[in-house]
Amino acid sequence: MEFRRQKDCLEISELDPFLAELLRQIPESCNVEGVEGAQERIFSAPAATSESEICAEWKVYVEPELRRLFRSATETVTADLAQLNGCTKPFANCTLRIPAENAEAWLNALNQARLAIAAKYNFTDGELCDHYRSPIGSRRDLGLFQVNFYGFLQEFILQEMTL
Amino acid sequence: MQSSFGSSVENPVVEQETRAAEELDLPWQVIVHNDPVNLMSYVTMVFQKVFGLTKEKAEKHMLEVHQLGRSILWSGMRERAELYVQQLHGYLLLATLERTN
Repeated sequence: MEFRRQKDCLEISELDPFLAELLRQIPESCNVEGVEGAQERIFSAPAATSESEICAEWKVYVEPELRRLFRSATETVTADLAQLNGCTKPFANCTLRIPAENAEAWLNALNQARLAIAAKYNFTDGELCDHYRSPIGSRRDLGLFQVNFYGFLQEFILQEMTL
Repeated sequence: MQSSFGSSVENPVVEQETRAAEELDLPWQVIVHNDPVNLMSYVTMVFQKVFGLTKEKAEKHMLEVHQLGRSILWSGMRERAELYVQQLHGYLLLATLERTN
């Protein structure tokens, strides 16, 4: 896999089928419906529970706005990921180009996915910091790999955004 | 005939409104809490964008969050504090507003 900044986009080339599939799973990973821990993390409280008025108003007025924002970011990423469907050969490496104007939406969607997966599997701080973990042996291990891979992608986007 | 001064002092509605106004004037703090998932570089970028901080200052707050568990990013009127917390939640940071003691 190679990252490079092109004129108006961030290019990820030589994406093998496994990593391409992980990228395809970003939108699905952002869906927190029915995943209680993930819902709580993505829509965390704006104040202590004793501030009941603030928390109640937030649910009514702010949370719908946040839902719209997060959905919009996910839709942008879903549209960009359609490029991966153009890989004609089943096991061929492919290339993804992220338009520079979509970089913020990608950062947001990647963060949604990372937080939702981490909450779903309840990863410990130790697990999240262990970047040399043994090979994937379970769905949980795959989840941890996803969190780290999406984080790696975030770092690349951030680095290119600040250049 | 009652004096207007006397009636306004005894009117409980006026007193309730005054208290509410005083509560709104109390300073509030915008606090960001530690989160093991959000990247340090991402948190720094968010602080720069939301509060217009320099990279050095944003990194100082980010490290405070990382090492001490929380950092006070801003304090002032409630309405603006709520807006900042909303923006921070838009970036998926763990942020709350608290009354200043």
